[in-house]
Amino acid sequence: MTDEITPELFEHLVELAAFAFDPKEADYLRRELNNQLKAIHQLEAVPIDPEVPLASHGVTYTTQGKPALREDVWEPCDNPEDILAQAPQVEDGYFIVPDIPHTELE
Amino acid sequence: MSILNDSALAIAKKIQNGELSAVELLEAALEHINTVDGRPGTLDDGDPTDEDRTKVHAFITLTQERAYQQAKAIDARVKAGERLGPLSGVPITVKDIFCVKDTPSTAASRILANFIAPYTATPVERLESAGAITLGKVNLDEFTYGSSTESSAFQPSTRNPWDTSRVPGGSSGGSTASVAAGEALLSLGTDTAGSIRQPAAFCGVVGLKPTYGRVSRYGLIAFGSSLDCPGPVARDVGDAALMLSVMSGADRRDSTAARVTVPDYLESLDRGVEGMRIGLSPDYMQITFPDPETGEFRKQSLPVEIREATLRAAEVLAKQGVEIVEGVPMPNMVYGIPAYFVISRVEAASNLHRFDGVKYGYRTESDFEDLREMYRKTRAEGFGLQPKLRILMGMYVSAAQYSEQYYQRALQVRSMIRSDFDAAFDPEGTYRLDALLTPTTPTTAFKMGDVYGDSVLMQYADQLTVPANHAGIPGISIPAGLDGEGLPIGVQLLAQDFKEEILFRAGYAFELGTADAAWRQVQPEVLKAGKGTSS
Repeated sequence: MTDEITPELFEHLVELAAFAFDPKEADYLRRELNNQLKAIHQLEAVPIDPEVPLASHGVTYTTQGKPALREDVWEPCDNPEDILAQAPQVEDGYFIVPDIPHTELE
Repeated sequence: MSILNDSALAIAKKIQNGELSAVELLEAALEHINTVDGRPGTLDDGDPTDEDRTKVHAFITLTQERAYQQAKAIDARVKAGERLGPLSGVPITVKDIFCVKDTPSTAASRILANFIAPYTATPVERLESAGAITLGKVNLDEFTYGSSTESSAFQPSTRNPWDTSRVPGGSSGGSTASVAAGEALLSLGTDTAGSIRQPAAFCGVVGLKPTYGRVSRYGLIAFGSSLDCPGPVARDVGDAALMLSVMSGADRRDSTAARVTVPDYLESLDRGVEGMRIGLSPDYMQITFPDPETGEFRKQSLPVEIREATLRAAEVLAKQGVEIVEGVPMPNMVYGIPAYFVISRVEAASNLHRFDGVKYGYRTESDFEDLREMYRKTRAEGFGLQPKLRILMGMYVSAAQYSEQYYQRALQVRSMIRSDFDAAFDPEGTYRLDALLTPTTPTTAFKMGDVYGDSVLMQYADQLTVPANHAGIPGISIPAGLDGEGLPIGVQLLAQDFKEEILFRAGYAFELGTADAAWRQVQPEVLKAGKGTSS
């Protein structure tokens, strides 16, 4: 039985997730993912009534229980220097990053 | 060690009365940590030495100076006659998944190893405002991904104080081990599929997953935003109740923190359990495991000792007036792990997208041509295997062409898991339960290295705890005995939304009913005489 996540599909996921792997790591990860899919396929055995709603979380939020919306008033950050100090490369209050990839257009 | 051998409740009172000094208590804690903990987890490679193998290794960062400041301030305020908070001088540890201002807040990952948090998480802020002294940040599975703490990038990873050749459980292994080893009186952990309850069971301590939204997640580095719950780890139910009462409540900085009144958990603690209806479900008295050879999923019965501990717990509660209701059906709990594989991975992939070497954390030191290559190398080098697995799976099951088959289906199954609980707790229904009693884990603590590497088997350690995360309801694990190898067994109580009070009352009644049990006299290996006590 062919693996659901083929090497090609795996490469595509790696691209989407912005990773890069050596062949050994890639092989281990792809194998584990396919094993996990066996567990996930158990969900197919469940008879699901189409009326069953999708639950994005378990607990019901009532109107009283829901947090109140706050006033749309600007609240400045009180320590921007501390935040900027976290970054690997900062200049004049900007985060510095390398250039995006360029492609030659024909 | 002796002055630490008291409840947090009692110690805070002694500090307030001036009977005990916060600095003195801190020094006792630090001395004890020095004896039992061994070296903290670090990024350096290195196999554990023979000495390492006998220690707990709960810590990543000991915040000693900061703790001294806090303790001195408490003592000064006592001297000035001030009324202090309910956790005054109580030493606590914090799972290193929470941001604490000016401390390394690493998520046990290389990608945040250099991150010094510029702010403090709400639960920590509240605990510290109540007078708690933070001893430091404790170890966990990387980004909380795991059930053994072994996946941490900071090695050696935490060991079980009851048997240091075994895992403490995870992902809050550092939290539960630090409390079990008497290093701290309380610890702040998180529970996404059982990450407080399972290690609490493995380490013989009390661990509570509150209702989703009971405790603010502001400052918690996110894994599964619809599943994560910060919660207390303590040595007894009263201390867990005290800790929850301090941390809970609405927070304008977390839009999922519920605006539901926080009851006085301590006040109701000893109200007793006369007339409470507590259910047992056959669906929770069996376990599922993938066959190591064929990969097929097989149902098995629980290990005998775990089954018996659960049934004995029911008897103890029945003696105190509880009505035990048997045969409660929970048919959809068996889909808890498969649904969790989908939902948690989608949320993890989304939440980990922000780690890209731009605004904080690790950036690759190797060469790169462009931004895209910088992202790739940073993430490949910064993340361990567990985050990589979760991100990749999350990408797959949420991709447009597969999401209906996987993600949407999983969300429907989540509804069904929730309805099982709604039916069991329905006051007009057949069972009308106040709580459900189940074992916490399918096994006791396994040996280090035994399960790690098999990501499916590892996830199935959470099969009895994960349904509560899907449903959002609260659950507590309490120590209920020891198995034939002297390892702790935990039992779990689950209740309706925002009914933690029921869990505390039942847990407290169980503690009273087993106060003289022989197993309560047994100490973890690292605390046994001659092995590291300082008294």
